Amino acid sequence: MEEDIKDLILNYVINEYIEDEDEVITYDTPLISSGYVDSFSMVSLLVFLENKFKIKIPPAKATPEAFDTVNNIVALVNQYIKKE
Amino acid sequence: MSNIGSYEDRTKNFDWKIAEKELEFKEGHTINIGWYCSDRICLKGKADRIALFYEGFGGIKKQFTFNDIRLASNTIGKFLQTIGIKSEDRVCLFMDRIPELYLSFLGVLKIGAIVQPLFSAFGDEALYVRLENAQTRAIITQKKHLPKVRKVLDRLPYLEFVIVVDHSKSRVLEPKVISFDLQESKPVEEFETYPTKAESPSVLHYTSGTTGQPKGVKHVHYSLISQYLTAKWVLDLQDNDIYWCTADPGWVTGTSYGIIGPWSLGITQCILDAGFSAQNWYKFIEDYKITMWYSAPTAIRSLMKAGEKIISNFNLSSLRHLASVGEPLNPEAVIWSQKVFGKPFHDTFWQTETGSIMITNFPGMKVKAGSMGKPFPGIKGVVLNPKTFDPITEPEQVGLIAFQPGWPAMMRAYWNNEEKYREKFVKGWYLTGDRATIDNEGYFWFVGRDDDVINTGGHLVSPFEVESALLEHPAVGESAVVAKPDEINMEVVKAFITLKPGFIPGPDLELEIMNFIRRKLSPIAMPQAIEYMEKLPKTRSGKIMRRVLHAREWGEDIGDISTLEND
Repeated sequence: MEEDIKDLILNYVINEYIEDEDEVITYDTPLISSGYVDSFSMVSLLVFLENKFKIKIPPAKATPEAFDTVNNIVALVNQYIKKE
Repeated sequence: MSNIGSYEDRTKNFDWKIAEKELEFKEGHTINIGWYCSDRICLKGKADRIALFYEGFGGIKKQFTFNDIRLASNTIGKFLQTIGIKSEDRVCLFMDRIPELYLSFLGVLKIGAIVQPLFSAFGDEALYVRLENAQTRAIITQKKHLPKVRKVLDRLPYLEFVIVVDHSKSRVLEPKVISFDLQESKPVEEFETYPTKAESPSVLHYTSGTTGQPKGVKHVHYSLISQYLTAKWVLDLQDNDIYWCTADPGWVTGTSYGIIGPWSLGITQCILDAGFSAQNWYKFIEDYKITMWYSAPTAIRSLMKAGEKIISNFNLSSLRHLASVGEPLNPEAVIWSQKVFGKPFHDTFWQTETGSIMITNFPGMKVKAGSMGKPFPGIKGVVLNPKTFDPITEPEQVGLIAFQPGWPAMMRAYWNNEEKYREKFVKGWYLTGDRATIDNEGYFWFVGRDDDVINTGGHLVSPFEVESALLEHPAVGESAVVAKPDEINMEVVKAFITLKPGFIPGPDLELEIMNFIRRKLSPIAMPQAIEYMEKLPKTRSGKIMRRVLHAREWGEDIGDISTLEND
């Protein structure tokens, strides 16, 4: 289950935000601090997560750190999937 | 002691010839920004001084002396001449903040061509509109941005050369694409800089208005005079400073004060090409011992949000002077910076069109938190009565911020748009499109925009451009775009849309539309919120009333709605 979520998010990030097709993105690649995903685009990533997993992530929790890697995002998503 | 010394004395005795004299420029003689920022500094005995410390993501570090940037800009200039680029041809720079961006900027100017920097996060449609308008002949980019260029290449007959600075050698180059690797090119020692004059065009920056497509703001080489002196007196750049301007050269701050100002003064500057994080920014200041920091309110508010605790992990004692640009600096940010850094951020107000700082809190002057400050010496700034366009003489009255034209960095034209250019001037005043009051001590206080342009994180977004792009989505019937209040970015884009028959509103469609705009225009222009409407508020003549939606978002009085269409 967790692996499915990871891959789903990773694929979404690669398809939507990574322009260079040669770029290798892993679960631990920094997304925000590297500049791959900017703070404006982070909003669309948040909407994707909320739609896909039918969750609501409070704005205070949607920080650049929480979104910085796929692994971090999965950890964040899991908090809310489990709660809801 | 600050460079400006006494603001009052400077104002009384001001003449732009102060800068001309310091730069050894004489009327009628050659003036070329590319040469002034590299060759001249070397001739002044600073060839071995570091001009640029670069740090990319993942710890990539590079450094360039002023002699290095002289040679690199010569080499790029020579290459461009070799492929046939001539004076006044438009050459677009479409790169992240990598060294080649800064070096190409000087190289393009050195051959007398016009440099057209564009923000690398722009989507293909935003790129197309600006290249088409400028009839750009060459674009210098990175392979990561090549897919966007490819999408629009066929529609741009004037675009003859796509120069890629990091092209994989194994790839077969497609038509029009040229690989240029600066590191593998033989440095050009001797180069004859094109003899541009004061009024020769230099930089073409694009800016957004309420209506119509983005406008190309044409600047000339004489802008150097303003940019040099404001960098010296406002940013207070001193000979041993280590300077960090956080702006991207896709926007005017990133060129006027991210290249021209500091380098014409022979100042060492630092570039961080990575995404924002408070940890990384503080570490960068500590590592490079940055003394002068020019940033933006959005970034400052993001740092405030990250908290004060993190600051204690870093030694930021090198910081000597701080300034801010892009949007009004809220008083809380000024008070916060005084508390945590021991010095306030000094707000600076100016625009793409003004080319250089116009109103500011000067070093050494009393900073009024939340105030824009006072006009730069030699700049006559007023607020005008919005009906009569005469200067308001009583304090605390809201009016239109306007300047008397004539400073060196003032735009010379909107590219191919004489009509829009003329609209910016009334009764001999240049209208900024912003509103303010002036207090009884002469300080300006920002009130708001006088039009519908959205200022998000310091970047101007045209509602018209977003509305037009929205209509290209198959589901969207009608659209209206306004600013929505935002804690960090001051404003963000919000779209109100009606759907075409057969489309059902829902969160998935909302995300699809958001991403559609992000890819087509840019992440900045992407609506951060979309609201589905049965119908949009319109006048009886069918014009969408943005102000009704804007007022609703901001909790303001809707005002006169007598022209609103009834059911």
